Amino acid sequence: MFGASSSLSTREGYIPLSEKLRSLNWGLVLLVTLIAIVGYAALYSAGGGKAQPWAERHIIRYAIILIPMISIALIDLRFWFRLSYPLYFIALMLLLAVEIMGDIGMGAQRWINLGVIRLQPSEVMKIGVIMALARYYHSIPVEEVKRWRALIPPIFIIGAPVGLVLLQPDLGTSLMIAVGGVLMMFLGGVKWWKFAGAGCIALASVPVAWHLMHDYQKKRVLTFLNPEEDPLGAGYHIMQSKIALGSGGIEGKGFLQGTQSHLNFLPEKQTDFIFTLLAEEWGLMGGLVVLFLFALVFLYGFLIALRARHHYGRLLALGLTINFALYVFINIAMVMGLMPVVGVPLPLVSYGGTVMLTSMISFGLIMNVYCHRDIKIPRFI
Amino acid sequence: MSMLERDKDRYKTFSRRAFLIGAGKLGFLGVLGARLGYLQVKEAQKYKTLSDNNRINMNLMAPSRGLIRDRKGVVLADNIQNFRVNIISEQTESPKKTLEDLAKIIKLEKHEINKVLSDISKVRRFVPVQVKENLGWDDVAKVEVHLPELPGLFIEEGEIRRYQHKKSTAHLIGYVGLVNATEIEQGDPVLTVPGFRVGKTGIEKALDPVLRGRAGSIKREVDARGRIVRTLEKDFGQKGATVDLTIDAEFQDFTQTILDREKSASAVVMNAKNGALYSLASSPSFDPNMFSKSISATDWERLLNNPAKPLTNKAIAGQYPPGSTFKMVTAMAALEAGVIDHNTTHHCPGHLDMAGHRFHCWKKAGHGRMNLVEALSQSCDVFFYKISSEVGIQRIAEMSKRMGLGQILPLDIANVRPGLVPTKEWKLSHHGQTWRTGETVLASIGQGYLQTTPLQLATMTARMINGGYAVRPALLKEVNSRIPVQAPHTNWPRLTLEPDHLKLVKRGMDRAVNHTKGTAHRVANENPNYLFGGKTGTAQVRRISRQDRLDGFSQKDLPWRQRHHALFVGYAPVKDPEYVCAVVVEHGESGSAAAAPIARDLLTKAMKMNLSKDIKKKS
Repeated sequence: MFGASSSLSTREGYIPLSEKLRSLNWGLVLLVTLIAIVGYAALYSAGGGKAQPWAERHIIRYAIILIPMISIALIDLRFWFRLSYPLYFIALMLLLAVEIMGDIGMGAQRWINLGVIRLQPSEVMKIGVIMALARYYHSIPVEEVKRWRALIPPIFIIGAPVGLVLLQPDLGTSLMIAVGGVLMMFLGGVKWWKFAGAGCIALASVPVAWHLMHDYQKKRVLTFLNPEEDPLGAGYHIMQSKIALGSGGIEGKGFLQGTQSHLNFLPEKQTDFIFTLLAEEWGLMGGLVVLFLFALVFLYGFLIALRARHHYGRLLALGLTINFALYVFINIAMVMGLMPVVGVPLPLVSYGGTVMLTSMISFGLIMNVYCHRDIKIPRFI
Repeated sequence: MSMLERDKDRYKTFSRRAFLIGAGKLGFLGVLGARLGYLQVKEAQKYKTLSDNNRINMNLMAPSRGLIRDRKGVVLADNIQNFRVNIISEQTESPKKTLEDLAKIIKLEKHEINKVLSDISKVRRFVPVQVKENLGWDDVAKVEVHLPELPGLFIEEGEIRRYQHKKSTAHLIGYVGLVNATEIEQGDPVLTVPGFRVGKTGIEKALDPVLRGRAGSIKREVDARGRIVRTLEKDFGQKGATVDLTIDAEFQDFTQTILDREKSASAVVMNAKNGALYSLASSPSFDPNMFSKSISATDWERLLNNPAKPLTNKAIAGQYPPGSTFKMVTAMAALEAGVIDHNTTHHCPGHLDMAGHRFHCWKKAGHGRMNLVEALSQSCDVFFYKISSEVGIQRIAEMSKRMGLGQILPLDIANVRPGLVPTKEWKLSHHGQTWRTGETVLASIGQGYLQTTPLQLATMTARMINGGYAVRPALLKEVNSRIPVQAPHTNWPRLTLEPDHLKLVKRGMDRAVNHTKGTAHRVANENPNYLFGGKTGTAQVRRISRQDRLDGFSQKDLPWRQRHHALFVGYAPVKDPEYVCAVVVEHGESGSAAAAPIARDLLTKAMKMNLSKDIKKKS
């Protein structure tokens, strides 16, 4: 009885490192590693059966980021809780910075060149919004959530980055931030009918948004709606991706045998269309295995969120899981022709630094929530 | 509400909503999985086909065209290497500059450069475009040396058709040319290969399916830009079959040389028993190698505008009234109908008045009393005039058909013409008029509507003197060393002609040459080993009017195109004939003067060369 109580008190307070290491979700680490290895194999194939130029750097990057990921998991959650708002504002400043001095890349300003890596503040912002909202709904009293004025801070927290990312302009990412943020508000307890009302307003504003969209964005939506119309023009990517997937069949064409991707019919095969390459070479079997691995990751995040005894941890873990799942869903739906091509990579598999970094930071935080599932976090620190 | 309760409430809301989101995720995953299954299972076949079309590019390789050889294996048509320079525009910064640099090394005109540049603009940048073909060795060497300074250029080796016997085989073998729009509809994929050539005339055309071979193909994997990644499959195709002819190259050359002495003439020499053709020539001729490259506009114009029609193979497509060479047919028809026998005689006063017309004999003074053999050897027209109406045009036409006239004799050469054997029905349907007796009179001496080709006349002669076998001419001896159906043979059906009748006709032809009174006696061979028989023919092109006769005009006074055609059909040796020949000298005025000497030379040469003796092919 005493022992248990003592243990509880220890868990509620500061936890020794050894215990943290023991309670770390090594299963999740293994899962994430497996997915990264799948990415290595796919990038090896994308490189024409060579570790250069992508596969090797991908896995080295993964190995390096593994250290901060675990470190993040071990730092006391209350530290991150305290940093939630400051981190959000730093991300917001970075977003402003790209507006002012960002490099030109892919037809839109999205990078900050830090010398070593090119940082995409919009990706960092996805975590920032989730942390800020988690902290907000943790701190606010339950009765307060129902009030109208309680909607103002979250709308600012979501609206500011969404607006800035739209200016870049990057419709896909701004929508992802918005969707992630709105789901956080939903989990935070905002009433149903408020979402319904907002939905109606959003629907009504579609024509206005269409009017404000850039030509290339309009074109993407139109080609998504009918890719066969212009097979050599803008619909080409979707068409070729579907051909690659379909021709893979149940068993696939075999490792390194994907003709579509190796013959450059597939655009950006190392980034956005990596799942296509994978499913072309490994077929339906391979595709389903990858989907299953991702499903297990989601399940992990979900269970950790439900297990946490503090609201901040629940919201943070589930919010980050949702964000990760959004990447996966949007990317795969996109390459299968279910969504417009919006330029969202498949996390841990696609080649690219920022998304791998932010995904693994997310897993670090999710594991952190599990490590500190029983601690007490006051409303304000 | 206590703090704990509040948190419990909050947790309840959270977990409820979390499960909702979790269910949403699961649903989303299900949709993705289902979509993947739909694409990769249900639609797999459709996308597999699309994927294959994407990556596999089939390139056809033109097969090597089959050789054409003579009966001894002498090559009449073969292929030589053809070097050409091509350019791939994406491999050079400026195709214009590369071409201008090339023009400093080899002869390349300004307009040629412009044509290449316009060709380049029509194709994708990695597609090779031909700059110049038929490069000589010197030019190839020069370009090879300078290739490093000529980015985008490369030399390719192809094949070009060569006819070593040049003009003596131009009509017989024909020539090849680029595929035209109607030919491409045959559907053979090889026809789409740029620069591929097919037979246009002669044997090249008739035997094109045999000579062409089957296209080889290279299946290559290409990337999205069409660049070759690797070769998947190579099918070397089948080169065209080697065709061995019955023709004798040396004899063909000889025939051509002799014919070229005349302005316009043609001749056929064939084996009387099995139909093997030893030569088939037409003059004037041309060099068929002009067509293997691309013939120049001026050369083409010159060939087209020549009044002697060098592009026509007159031996098979020239249609002439047979003139007196037809008298054997009339004789056979009369003998078979019982209108005459070997004793029948008729008097020739030099003309015959019939049906309100006066029909003249070529001999103004008349031949006097003539029997059949004399009438043939001296070519008395009146004898045939007199028997003509009793024989009738129907019997004459029927005998003509049995002799091979008025029909296309199947032969492996293009443009064989049928000639014309008139009948009462034919005249009614084509001219809407009834047949008149006078027209039978004219037909009996091979005038009027009758049209024959040298090939038909040779066939006719062969059937007369080989004992009445329905021999047909043949050109093919072997295809890929195997004997084809159309090869010469001696199993021809009999024409059910009386041997006695045939003997009479043959004797008439013998005496036409070898009797002092014969029309062709002046060309007779004195050497008893080389005796030959034959029949002269002089076919009117222009009607001779009464005024002309009164004026005593000469053929020499007429323009060339209006003068008589000179014909001769012959056989040799007289005893057990092996060879027959037919010679037509267009507007040659007189069969005995113009055509008979040629026939004599051909038959004598054939006997001396012993063409009918079996040849052991050297290969």
